[in-house]
Amino acid sequence: MKPSKENLTSFVIFGGFFIFISFLDVLLNTFLNLNFTGFLPSKLSYFAPLILGTIGLYFIRIEFSGNKLLDKINTNFNSTNFNAILTLIVIFTLIKYIPPILNWFFFDANFSGNSKEDCTGSGACWVFVKVWFNRFVYGMYPDAEQWRINSAFILLFSLVGASFFVPLKIKKYLLIFLLFVYPIIGLKLISGGDFGLKYVETGAWGGLSLTFIVSAFALILCFPIGMFLALGRRSSLPAIRYTSIGFIELWRGVPLITVLFMSAVMFPMFLPDGTYVDKLIRVLIAITLFEAAYMAEVIRGGLQALPKGQYEAAKSLGMGYWRMHFLIILPQALKLVIPGIANTFLALVKDTPLIFVVGLLELAGMVNLAKTNPKWLGMAMEGYVFAGLVFWIICYAMSRYSQNLEKKLSTER
Amino acid sequence: MNLKNFKIDLSNKNKDLIPQILTILFLVLVIIYFTINAQDNMGNRGISFGFGFLSQESSFDITFSLIDYDGSHSYARAFLVGLLNTILVSSIGIFFATLLGVTVGIGRLSQNYLIAKSAEWYVEIFRNIPLILQIFFWYFAALRALPLTVDSINFYDISFLNVKGWYVPKFIWTNFSIFFYSIILATISIIFFSRYARKQRDEFGKQLPTFYVSLGLLVGLPLLTFLIGGVSLSFQIPELEQLSTTVYVYKGGVSIIPELISLALALSMYTATFIAENVRAGILGVNKGQKEAAASIGLTKAQILKLVVMPQALRIIIPPTTNQYLNLTKNSSLAAAIAYPDIVLVFAGTALMQTGRAIEIISITMLTYLSLSLSISVFMNWYNKKIAIKEK
Repeated sequence: MKPSKENLTSFVIFGGFFIFISFLDVLLNTFLNLNFTGFLPSKLSYFAPLILGTIGLYFIRIEFSGNKLLDKINTNFNSTNFNAILTLIVIFTLIKYIPPILNWFFFDANFSGNSKEDCTGSGACWVFVKVWFNRFVYGMYPDAEQWRINSAFILLFSLVGASFFVPLKIKKYLLIFLLFVYPIIGLKLISGGDFGLKYVETGAWGGLSLTFIVSAFALILCFPIGMFLALGRRSSLPAIRYTSIGFIELWRGVPLITVLFMSAVMFPMFLPDGTYVDKLIRVLIAITLFEAAYMAEVIRGGLQALPKGQYEAAKSLGMGYWRMHFLIILPQALKLVIPGIANTFLALVKDTPLIFVVGLLELAGMVNLAKTNPKWLGMAMEGYVFAGLVFWIICYAMSRYSQNLEKKLSTER
Repeated sequence: MNLKNFKIDLSNKNKDLIPQILTILFLVLVIIYFTINAQDNMGNRGISFGFGFLSQESSFDITFSLIDYDGSHSYARAFLVGLLNTILVSSIGIFFATLLGVTVGIGRLSQNYLIAKSAEWYVEIFRNIPLILQIFFWYFAALRALPLTVDSINFYDISFLNVKGWYVPKFIWTNFSIFFYSIILATISIIFFSRYARKQRDEFGKQLPTFYVSLGLLVGLPLLTFLIGGVSLSFQIPELEQLSTTVYVYKGGVSIIPELISLALALSMYTATFIAENVRAGILGVNKGQKEAAASIGLTKAQILKLVVMPQALRIIIPPTTNQYLNLTKNSSLAAAIAYPDIVLVFAGTALMQTGRAIEIISITMLTYLSLSLSISVFMNWYNKKIAIKEK
């Protein structure tokens, strides 16, 4: 009884009937708690929808039936028996597990109120996130001073935004301002101490804003260091080459957490007695050096991929080492490795939560702190889902942006 | 004329020498500065640099250990416990990450739209959430939601899962060494057999059933030791015991602590996304013409996959995947965040707190990871050279 084109309608009706029954079984089971295959042995009843569905899909698998919809279903979901079973498993799993997740997330969740007692529904208690939202974003930064963080970030975003629209001539100066002047202004604005701004110690910084601060600074600083390390590794001078290799391999060989441990307990031992370097500065140095080593390897990949002719052409024009690299080699090499650079930045953002080892609490650390608050015990799930969502949005957006950039900058030859 | 040339040579040499001398000078000065400061600081605290403390009694306990350990053992032993725990969680993670990664990577290339989309979303979701958050999620949120000891989830009465961990049967071997040797013997004979089979193929064009013979050897030889070698295996199944009216514990069997479960889960699910991308890139990287050429000389589909596609795909897949294994091993140091006693927590955490020997302990920890990384990368370079296409 092989399905054929001659009896198309009867086979489709026949198969459709089986598929309908299998879906009906699953739907009734999930939403109404009814099991009409209950008369069968328990194992058989459990697999009944799968078996019925597979039989149904077998009957409608008719190649070149002439019906566009049917052909589409068959090629995309139902090309073999194995694919049919996989399709059914995926659909049934979605039917079974999506509703409870949605219920937990939205329909049974609690949004109003301001204490744990207001959470009466069976779903998530988003009140927890609402109440702690300020802390999740600003950490322990004093409420009255939070406008400073806001204005620093607004300034940053408007500068970055402006750099997309201004003419090329001004853009250059804007970028230099952004890379060399803005970090100092921003840092001064947030830490305070001068110009009538109240000093806020770095221990009070935290939450999502700290995530941004740490990743932005490390990102700006690790790029030039990585570039010089990459050039150093390809240098013809042995002392510089081996120093660069040693430096890169040292950082790449150890986990970030030990580097942070080192910055916390070992680094102070190397400084004169009594000198105190701020915790955040130490962390920034550690993360920057760590990421710079990875950046160096990525950039080196780009340098190696450039054809030798580029070097020779630049030299034949009488360019020296630095002019050759900054005008000819690096612009091309960096363009080649944009995906790698974006991945390093992504890794950097994802690594920022690790600063909890020195006692700095960014978003994930704040969630950890909030969930141990006696008034809010048992809120771990909500906290981590929220933090995960925030990080996911940031990282996903970044990866998408880098893919677009890669497409835009690719110079097809 | 000669003199002029000589001068130019000298100036060129100087041009090369000066930056090098400056670099070395800078390095030496930094090292001297740090050493002097470190000596000062350690002198002030009344400790002197040295590794003698390693043989002292550690006097702290470790919650989970593969070897015999308690507070009366030395710091060196504590280091070993931590190292073994790191290796344990890394190997579990690598195993499952590979399994999951290959499945998802192949799934992304499936003709089935649903499978391809699910695999893609799996990758997009788990790759873009920080690993530490995933570890926290499994440990503090998901595994804490498991039932209490008294109403554990029961797997066929031999294994139990509850909030305290996962209790599995313990293997009790008699004459384990004979069994172990039989496996080694089987491996060696498989290597020899496959060499012989390759020789037969190269010289006479004969195809020997290498796979089935290998499988037979690997299963048969150890099985033989059960029958005639006096090896036997029994299971100690964990049993629920009531200590007081409300306190229940499982006795016997092996308990897998929730720290290990959540760490292994998060590590393998996170790393699997990267491995999946490698596998996908590898399979896509094999030229279509290769498959068509193989089909045109009459190879079957299975043969095409085994003899033409896989060897080329593996050449693309293996180097970045080893890198991921290395990353996984380094990432296992995040164990410190949930108090799984790995090398960082035990040694760079507890031992450092007790002895205050920051420089020695951090250096040992970093050197351990460094030597692990370097040995893997040396192996990788060797392997890359071995499998590189030998062009004429």
